[in-house]
Amino acid sequence: MKQRRVSIRNHTAEANLFARRAFIALMAVTAMLLLLFSKAYNLQVSSYEKYQTRSNSNRIKLLPVAPNRGLIYDRNGVLLADNKPIYSIEIIPEQVEDLSQTVGEISELLDISQDHQAKFFNALRSKRRFKPIELKSRLSEQQVALFSVNQHKFPGVFIDARLKRYYPFADLTTHSLGYVARINRRDAIKLEEQGKDENYAATRNIGKLGLEKYYQDELHGEVGHQEVEINNQGRVIRTLDFTPPKPGKDLTLTLDIELQMVAKRALAGHRGAIVAIDPRDGGVLAMYSNPAYDGNLFVHGISSKNYNKLLKSRHRPLINRTVQGYPPASTIKPLLALTGLEEGIVTPETEIYDPGFYQLKGVENRRRDWKRWGHGKVNLTKSLEQSCNVYYYDLSFKLGITRIARMMEKFGFGDYTGIDIHEENSAIMPSVEWKRARYNQPWYTGETLSVGIGQSFWTVTPLQLAQSISILVNRGDIKVPHLVKAKTSYDQVNPETGERTSIFEEVPVDHKPPIVLKDNKNWEIVLDAMHNTVQKKGATGYNAFKGHTYDAAGKTGSAQTANLAQDERYDAESTAESQRDNAMFVAFAPYENPEIVVAVAIENVAKGGGAANAAPVARQILDQYFGDRVIVSEHPHLLHEETYGEQHLKTIPASVRGSR
Amino acid sequence: MRSTGHDQQKRKTIWQSLHIDIPLLAGLLCLLTLSICVVYSASGGDMDMVIRHSKRLGFAFTAMIVIAQIPPQFWRKWAVPAFIAGVALLVAVLLFGHVGKGAKRWINLGFTMFQPSEIMKLAVPMMTAWYVSQYDLPTKLQHIIIAFIIVLIPTLLIAKQPDLGTSLLIASSGIFVIFLAGASWKLIGSCAVLASAFAPILWTFLMKDYQKQRVLTFLNPEQDPLGSGYHIIQSKIAIGSGGLQGKGWMQGTQSQLEFLPERHTDFIFAVFSEEFGLIGVALLLTVYLAIVIRGLWIAINAQQAFTKLLAGSLTLTFFVYVFVNIGMVSGLLPVVGVPLPLVSYGGTSMVTLMAGFGILMSISTRRRFNA
Repeated sequence: MKQRRVSIRNHTAEANLFARRAFIALMAVTAMLLLLFSKAYNLQVSSYEKYQTRSNSNRIKLLPVAPNRGLIYDRNGVLLADNKPIYSIEIIPEQVEDLSQTVGEISELLDISQDHQAKFFNALRSKRRFKPIELKSRLSEQQVALFSVNQHKFPGVFIDARLKRYYPFADLTTHSLGYVARINRRDAIKLEEQGKDENYAATRNIGKLGLEKYYQDELHGEVGHQEVEINNQGRVIRTLDFTPPKPGKDLTLTLDIELQMVAKRALAGHRGAIVAIDPRDGGVLAMYSNPAYDGNLFVHGISSKNYNKLLKSRHRPLINRTVQGYPPASTIKPLLALTGLEEGIVTPETEIYDPGFYQLKGVENRRRDWKRWGHGKVNLTKSLEQSCNVYYYDLSFKLGITRIARMMEKFGFGDYTGIDIHEENSAIMPSVEWKRARYNQPWYTGETLSVGIGQSFWTVTPLQLAQSISILVNRGDIKVPHLVKAKTSYDQVNPETGERTSIFEEVPVDHKPPIVLKDNKNWEIVLDAMHNTVQKKGATGYNAFKGHTYDAAGKTGSAQTANLAQDERYDAESTAESQRDNAMFVAFAPYENPEIVVAVAIENVAKGGGAANAAPVARQILDQYFGDRVIVSEHPHLLHEETYGEQHLKTIPASVRGSR
Repeated sequence: MRSTGHDQQKRKTIWQSLHIDIPLLAGLLCLLTLSICVVYSASGGDMDMVIRHSKRLGFAFTAMIVIAQIPPQFWRKWAVPAFIAGVALLVAVLLFGHVGKGAKRWINLGFTMFQPSEIMKLAVPMMTAWYVSQYDLPTKLQHIIIAFIIVLIPTLLIAKQPDLGTSLLIASSGIFVIFLAGASWKLIGSCAVLASAFAPILWTFLMKDYQKQRVLTFLNPEQDPLGSGYHIIQSKIAIGSGGLQGKGWMQGTQSQLEFLPERHTDFIFAVFSEEFGLIGVALLLTVYLAIVIRGLWIAINAQQAFTKLLAGSLTLTFFVYVFVNIGMVSGLLPVVGVPLPLVSYGGTSMVTLMAGFGILMSISTRRRFNA
């Protein structure tokens, strides 16, 4: 049946029909192939650039490379802030055959605690197997050496070095240098707001205090980039390009680390502060607040135990006393005298009689002089030499608070000096307006009398005090005090060698509008009186500077910190420590063409005032400065080494000193 | 001149007695060689994988040669039993089959895992061609309906597994037979209308969630660039970034750095396009076109309706692979798991395809003998 049906079929017609259909199918196939081709054309030619870009952004990543933080040197090139390599041991899990065995062996070799091992295995769970995981950081040199010898036994284990800030002088420089610490959330938000987050992409630490904070941007430098090819897992396949980071600027300070050391020794056992300024350029030569603390603690992340200890210490080491307000006491008298002269209230010849107290007309209250029996007849010069209070009660009463405040504001009191750290306090220059704003109370004349001896609401920072004397010796010329003398930048790259060339640039001195007196002679009168205060036998500063060789001038001060009742006698021994007097002293030398101004504040001294406690401290600074050195460097060649520290300085015995 | 003609005649006879169709062989060898090169690159130079792949190619190639020795008459005789056995196995798969990748496709034969749907890739066109070729061409409507039913049974069984790609290929292999047998254009038109009406039903009742997701992803891949859209976005990036000339063999970053998923299997076209560019694509498409032309030429020159229809259907189904795969990889079609024929790394479909070409060669070399 089948055979027959096939045989009668019209084969030619069927073949033709099939051929037609096959041809139509071929046309359809061709059309569809053209469709595929046009799609490929569309992707590979029309949209080529778009997909090329997307392909590259898939595979190319920019890895930020942190710049090296700028170093900080003292004025003589002693390294104060260094970047020290911190070694950590890291393991790439996928390159290690038996992880637990390897970790065990290394831990035994380097004596790594169970804690660190547990942490490592914890981190292992959340990290990619080709990314290194830290087993222990801050390895000792011994551990590094021990591992290096055995490294060949541990494939996939290596030592990573990272630079961390190190302050070789520790607490000696913390209050001025500040410190860096880990960038926290708040820092990160701030950086993002300022649009700096990209530049900080690889940076771990940021300046938190002092110069480290103030010059953060310049010390930081600019981030570099490593352009790498990665796969879909984020594994780096190869480096395509490298843009090296631009290191931060090095800072050379006006500080003299040896002077700083003398300051520390001189203040040992006291709470207090010393500021020394070079009046010729406003450069801060010494700035030390005692007690201090080690900024290195913060670099590695301070433990809460240590932090609490610092925070709760009765001596409050965290406070930078050089920029905190103290009652200026008598140290302010030269400037009050200048105000009196300038306002025509007194002349150098004006004399008053000091019976040992001062009493306003119609007022019961008597103001004592520090000398119970009084100074007798007192003129301007004597008033400074002897630090006569009655003279200044009288003068301030005649001047009134407003004239005093206006003049003192010109010398910078109650305002920031503009020094290059952020921790500065403006302290208080009281005035009628100030009291109204602060307490909503009227000004009382009695308060003017207290201001006349640098008490009442008046506070000045040791820095302001030194600066005011600097203005005085400069005859009204105001140079803004500063810590940074010069910056070394690494902007330029030598196109031939690819090395960076350093450019050393002195920072120009900043000036404020000068104080112009009606009579320039008044400067000399006051300066001469300060000279006498130190040079004249029997004057308040004489004893402390006996035998000095550099023609110093100065002024003592003792500030009450407790309110004494009428006619109550102050006796340090029976007064609680925190209620005892503060000792103050300001000095400059040499008298002709001064090179250094010093302000000293010592809190709650046991016995005596500024003359007995602060003046000898100021003298040690000046002795050191003028070459009658208290401290000298034993190993000058170590000046640039990180290991250089206090141990390389030795004290010259007093018997040998003073030969100049 | 004459002697050369004589030699040609003689050589032809040698090839014919070996049942090898030279033009088809040339096209296939082009693809297989290319396949080894691209798999080598896509695997990132993994020699083990290339050796495994080559072995499989060798096996498939041998299968083709062996099958080419079998006269088409054999297939005609065995079309019905093969079809019935295939349907039975498909039912068995649904009942006892092995689950892999969320679908029941495999059946355990004790020594190897086996996909019955692969049998159907050959059994369905054979069965349809056998059925249609019993009657005069063009096929009458009632025969067409029965032919449709023959096609529909395995198609639905495979769609149920679910394996949308394979059921699509099997449905088209049967439909091609009906088309080539001269179904009227009116019927084709009304079927097209019917199919578009059927689409919403398919969407609502028959498609699994993951299949729907594939379609949605196809419509807007950027919506979920790291999730379901990732494949297609990375694939388009690979193709597009290849540009005109390509990045060079082993130089494709999308594939070498493993951004491209399924790069040695379904997405191997993206690897190829990235490394060889539009020029490579044009050449590859030309090779495919040449194979299709040769296949259709064999079909046209076949002596019987059964062999014509079978050869035509196998050829066009082969092209469906090409179109669906490249269309999917280049973002023209939704993601359907269909390999790039004879290029993708991978087992069973390669063997089935080569078996199909064996049948084509058998038909090609026996057309004179009316066998």
